[in-house]
Amino acid sequence: MKILVPVKRVVDYNVKVRVKSDGTGVDIANVKMSMNPFDEIAVEEAVRLKEAGVATEVVAVSCGVGACQETLRTAMAIGADRGILVETDAELQPLAVAKLLKALCDKEQPQVVICGKQAIDDDANQTGQMLSALMGWPQATFASKVAVSAGKATVTREIDGGLETLEIALPAVVTTDLRLNEPRYATLPNIMKAKKKPLETVKPADLGVDVAPRLTTLKVVEPPKRSAGVMVADVAQLVEKLKNEAKVL
Amino acid sequence: MTVLVIAEHDNASLKGATLNTVTAAARLGGDIALLVVGAGAGAAAEAAAKVAGVSKVLVADSAAFADQSAENVAAQILAVVGASAGSITHVLAPATTFGKNVLPRVAALLDVAQISEIVAIESADTFVRPIYAGNALATVKSADAVKVITVRTTAFEAAGEGGSAAVEQLSAVADSGLSKLLGRELTKSARPELGAAKIIVSGGRGMGSGENYHAVLEPLADKLGAALGASRAAVDAGYVPNDYQVGQTGKIVAPQLYLAVGISGAIQHLAGMKDSKVIVAINKDPEAPIFQVADYGLVADLFEAVPQLAAAV
Ligand SMILES: Cc1cc2nc3c(=O)[nH]c(=O)nc-3n(C[C@H](O)[C@H](O)[C@H](O)COP(=O)(O)OP(=O)(O)OC[C@H]3O[C@@H](n4cnc5c(N)ncnc54)[C@H](O)[C@@H]3O)c2cc1C
Repeated sequence: MKILVPVKRVVDYNVKVRVKSDGTGVDIANVKMSMNPFDEIAVEEAVRLKEAGVATEVVAVSCGVGACQETLRTAMAIGADRGILVETDAELQPLAVAKLLKALCDKEQPQVVICGKQAIDDDANQTGQMLSALMGWPQATFASKVAVSAGKATVTREIDGGLETLEIALPAVVTTDLRLNEPRYATLPNIMKAKKKPLETVKPADLGVDVAPRLTTLKVVEPPKRSAGVMVADVAQLVEKLKNEAKVL
Repeated sequence: MTVLVIAEHDNASLKGATLNTVTAAARLGGDIALLVVGAGAGAAAEAAAKVAGVSKVLVADSAAFADQSAENVAAQILAVVGASAGSITHVLAPATTFGKNVLPRVAALLDVAQISEIVAIESADTFVRPIYAGNALATVKSADAVKVITVRTTAFEAAGEGGSAAVEQLSAVADSGLSKLLGRELTKSARPELGAAKIIVSGGRGMGSGENYHAVLEPLADKLGAALGASRAAVDAGYVPNDYQVGQTGKIVAPQLYLAVGISGAIQHLAGMKDSKVIVAINKDPEAPIFQVADYGLVADLFEAVPQLAAAV
């Protein structure tokens, strides 16, 4: 059984991004880039399924600029067997990525695609669901537990009211939530090994996909700043302020 | 022009998030059709008809919708959009786990972009949405014929009552048979829902354990009639269930009063609560970043300060 894992290169979660003064976007020049944390969880889950003998091959896919090769190498250092880069300098929106992934799924025929539930840059939370719909496959989003066996998957999902468990037929798309697993640190030998694993590059046109964006960003601004508050000396003063100044008690 | 709003409900009643979404729909202008896709959802449909501003309630009632599976609910929405012969220009759902699960399928099958978690509407095709954990606000314009949108509920008031919309029964789409619900484990609580609470008491890793979390924060929450929330660290450590998590990748809240207890204030946490009206932080570390967004900060050991606070309010 083959598992496909899409991985996105994003600004590292520790970086506090700055909005460009001309309002065209956020400044990502010279900023640390990493694999989207939810995708790391996805790679880890796929590799665990392989280690458990459920999966036979884990293929990582990244869509974007040439530097996404690094993200693919990271996935391979965690344990993915090979990588596919869909290389383009064009701005990619979730629908376009879902279409690129559909084209790859048609070719690679995975039984499971494990995506991160959202990318921490655009916070869209769309690609996995879109891919699933385009393939006509079932989906199980926001997974905190995944078990795969003979043609089906049992997935526990984090929902607003608590948890729910679904049984879905394979092939299917699963998207990861934070509690699914704790990704391992790639060891140096595995990082070295990853450099020798196969990495294939294709272009959106090779896959016959039009990636033209549907949304135009008109401007990007900083959110309104909260004005600085005050420190209180003790609980009595806090209560006094909440009652008489903020009037929320 | 008709705006189709997808109701989130439990068959018996509408979820509050639906009402905020109706308000967003009203900002767009045009008729509002509220779609209830459910199984035995008569009571929810009746409630839908009473929402102010709704011109029509559409109901698709079938056993196929008992699980609220994304596959079946999305298929029904597509059928409704298709049948409208172009009169539906916008499809809106709340940006809850329900809306986030279902709506991207609708967008993909309509071959349009989804605009996620809008916080403001500039015009019928231009919307504002947070990116990078709310550290930036992007204004985006859609070129698609149908705009498929999830709405951040904290950014729009809840619509009131007083409507008397006609209810129209639709024929339901067939069950896709792709997915089966095995069970739900819902967190039971007599407290207000996080999304609707006026006051939230939230605990972080500083609570030290699940026992401490409950022993220290519950008496305060009881006194204030508050909902309980948590940071990711507190959820990961198993102090409280996942549905308590506030933040970029958990719940977005904006209560009148948010009390952050033993929470450092990571950007991912701030993303979920920084639009609260008043923020109070209790933390023993004077350098904790949470103090930069707090209206009132108290540097103290939470195990002393919180019981004192519970006694004083
Ligand atoms: C992809 C991704 C998504 C994430 N999403 C979210 C999210 O949605 N929500 C979220 O919250 N986080 C999220 N995080 C995690 C976030 O980065 C932080 O790790 C997390 O918020 C820290 O939680 P905390 O403040 O409880 O813990 P810590 O950062 O460990 O802070 C604990 C605080 O408690 C204080 N403290 C300890 N003991 C006491 C005491 N006795 N009295 C008073 N104060 C005390 C300490 O001074 C400290 O400031 C995400 C991270 C990633 C990578």
